[in-house]
Amino acid sequence: MSKKEYRYVGKNTPRKDARGIVTGSAEFIDDHKFNNMLHACSLKSPHAHARILSIDTSDAEKLPGVHAVITHKNIPEHCRDWKIGMPGFRGILDETVAFVGDGVALVAAETKEIAETACELIKVEYEVLPALLTMEEALDPSSVKIYPQLKPHNEIPKDIEFAGEQFMCDLYRGDVEKAFEESVYIVEDEAEYNSLPSPMAAEPPGVVVNCDENNHFEVWATSQGGYYLRMMCGFRMPNVDMDVYTLNTGGSFGNKQSLQSTVSYAMLLANVTHRPVKLFLTKAEQLLVHDLRLGNKIKVKVGLDKDGFVNAVKGQWLVDSGAWSDVHHVQLGVGLGEMQLALCKCKNWDMTSHVVVTNHDPTGCVRGFGGQELKAALLPTVNKLAEKANINPLDFYSKNFCSSGDEYVWRDRHLWTAFETEYELAMRTAAKKFNWDEKWKGWNVPTRVEGNKVYGVGLAVHGNADVGEDNSEAYVRLDGTGHAVLHCAITESGMGQRNNSAKMVAEVLNIPFENVKITPGNTAVNPWEFGLAGSRGTLTTATACVRAAEDARRQLLELMSDVLKFPAEELDTKDGMVFVKDNPEINCPWIAAMQPFGTDITGHGQWTAAYSHPNFCSLFVEVEVDLETGVVKLVDLTGGTDVGQIIDPKTLEMQFQGGFGSAGTDTAINEEHIIDDNTGRIVTHNMIDYKWRTFNDFPPFEQVILEGQPDISKFRAVGFGEIAGSPGPSAIMMAISNAIGKHFCQYPATPDTVLKALGKC
Amino acid sequence: METKTVTISVNGREYTFGVGNNFGDIQPNESLLSTLRDRLGLTGAKSACEEGACGACTVIMNGKAVSSCMQLTVGCNGKSITTIEGLTDPKTGELHPVQKAFIDYYAFQCGYCTPGIIMTTKALLDEKPNPTRKEVEEALSGNHCRCISQYHVMDAVMSVAEKGVN
Repeated sequence: MSKKEYRYVGKNTPRKDARGIVTGSAEFIDDHKFNNMLHACSLKSPHAHARILSIDTSDAEKLPGVHAVITHKNIPEHCRDWKIGMPGFRGILDETVAFVGDGVALVAAETKEIAETACELIKVEYEVLPALLTMEEALDPSSVKIYPQLKPHNEIPKDIEFAGEQFMCDLYRGDVEKAFEESVYIVEDEAEYNSLPSPMAAEPPGVVVNCDENNHFEVWATSQGGYYLRMMCGFRMPNVDMDVYTLNTGGSFGNKQSLQSTVSYAMLLANVTHRPVKLFLTKAEQLLVHDLRLGNKIKVKVGLDKDGFVNAVKGQWLVDSGAWSDVHHVQLGVGLGEMQLALCKCKNWDMTSHVVVTNHDPTGCVRGFGGQELKAALLPTVNKLAEKANINPLDFYSKNFCSSGDEYVWRDRHLWTAFETEYELAMRTAAKKFNWDEKWKGWNVPTRVEGNKVYGVGLAVHGNADVGEDNSEAYVRLDGTGHAVLHCAITESGMGQRNNSAKMVAEVLNIPFENVKITPGNTAVNPWEFGLAGSRGTLTTATACVRAAEDARRQLLELMSDVLKFPAEELDTKDGMVFVKDNPEINCPWIAAMQPFGTDITGHGQWTAAYSHPNFCSLFVEVEVDLETGVVKLVDLTGGTDVGQIIDPKTLEMQFQGGFGSAGTDTAINEEHIIDDNTGRIVTHNMIDYKWRTFNDFPPFEQVILEGQPDISKFRAVGFGEIAGSPGPSAIMMAISNAIGKHFCQYPATPDTVLKALGKC
Repeated sequence: METKTVTISVNGREYTFGVGNNFGDIQPNESLLSTLRDRLGLTGAKSACEEGACGACTVIMNGKAVSSCMQLTVGCNGKSITTIEGLTDPKTGELHPVQKAFIDYYAFQCGYCTPGIIMTTKALLDEKPNPTRKEVEEALSGNHCRCISQYHVMDAVMSVAEKGVN
């Protein structure tokens, strides 16, 4: 279908909060004032694994200004079933601590300084237990059990029912052994993507929680989605009555969705003190105790048939959860699903996963969500097949990636068929812009050599059917003045989704964009909204908003039919007026359809989960490798996608650029956490030692964004943002391999790893 | 008894605080960031790393961009400070050209780091109205932006730099 011209859709529209952002008046949770507020902090375990033998809080309790000191010993009886992890296998505070930074005691006090001083006054005697810092150590049957109930040894159960859904944890399709017999090439390998990077949002995780006399919790959170946070708290803390309020959120990248221990700690203290309790992590705490990306190791065997299609994949996927995680079971499903999308012609799969508890910082939701993790390890192995067959990777991934009619099992264990999914043109157009044909010299062959500098190119693809995940609901209320109010629990954490949804409502109602207001993103006044995750906002949230606007428009025209004495189908509306299409001079303002000082019109829209249209991102990269120093530098980058219909060009462009950060593309070069083997402590817990890309280090980044107009929603738009960085890691591994002339797969490619590969250290 | 005070000028208005341990006093360990945010309600400067590494708390002090988390308020006696709230024309509400460029060029996403980036930019342009692209990149290299708005920020800043506006 050809592209339509719209009044707002497809055009740049400055964000409604733009002036607030540039003047500093946009309000984030830390800026919001609460009367009578207490400040909280936690005493953290210095040991990776230990049992608390004794704990003396008497001095802390005596300190003037201290209102509560809570430990595993005096936790209120009605909060003892509050758990952490999924499924909840441990109390919020426990006799055994499971990582360096695990909570030992919680304090609420008049000031943060008093709370910190109180923590210092708490005396704890520990029995240090063996720390299991790697999955291999944890799985060893002779190792201690981190949680006694875990079976098999230190593995978290993965068959978890979650909001009524059973997720795919393993993937068995077809007959892999028979398929391998038909494979022309077979590769067996082990690989890992296991450097536990942190998305490190600019705004640290934090909450302010109040608990009234009826035990209703009011949670003001830096989360990127109020309902998501409420849902997750509901799993961990059964029967808790709470509403979540969000303001502007200073970046999240999936990582501040559920605020696992942070929100639980603050709720516990608020429940005891019945005063607003503020618990914000410092940057060091964010890096030490907040959720990291899952750790990953794979052992895999892959086969290629005579036509250049991957025809069999068999392997084992080990996932490191750290001390706990809360959505690993969903990440397994999405990861296994995204793996199939990349190799979608393959009908024979045998992949088994294991989620292992270890004694380091917990993991959780991070953009990429299982698929980036699994594919960063898997695709370099798959590339060895293409290398053996001497197939250009552009041709290889063009033909192996999902296209219309291909089938895949998604996270819900159902077999889905790709609908109007055609991405080869986007990939080849991006390749052309990147000059792939000129730069590609063959597998393990540099593009060029300049003295000690070698240059290589690489590419990778990524797709996610979660663009249609989960459910959304919205109301659109029209008032007689020609204004509309969109009731939707969207939080603005940088993606522009509040604006884009309001734009689409303005488009449907054909009213000025500034005449659409949107309610604050909280659970108290808005209907259910799963929140922004998996690039879902454009298709799911926005479609619920569009349907609500269409419903309101239908009601308006039906009511106006009585006023204007024309059938509703002969009427249209623009800028707050309803008119007869064939005779616009017969018209009336919206107010005529409503009772003056009386009723408004409210439209209702919903979206229910569907997984039939994956999105797509291809990334072409060129790296420079210094053979003397081992330093890898990203020197050129081109991305290609097809988003169906662009909603807001500049916003989309920035989403694409966003793939560098938040534990995305740069996990291939510099982003990692380093854990001291002796203490189990993260040593990269500040913004100097944890590496991030600075302003003076950005390579040229070209983008190809096509608009194929698939028939999936009114505006035919596919969400994109989450996946922008996901192809980056394996693309860079391919580029380094080509630059140095041998297969390379080590995350991140720090100078020592490169020199080691070169046999120089 | 001698009463110690500290006087700072913020966005053109002078504030004098007692220094000490009495309620309401500025304690010797209070950061300028805390004074701005918690006492004056100027929350545009953000609290993030609190160790001078991310630039989210950047303000201009006597013409230089500084991390306000790394300044003790007691050490700022007599200093003139401009925060993001002080850039807009107080009478007309008109935005500073850098602020306007950040809207025109879509130079933010979550916006948490934006006030700090704007203040670093303003200090640079005040000192050097026509910086090169490289000079802008270097000046901003201490400002963390995790959403990756750097490309758009550079376009916004260069649009102002090329006009020589300060």
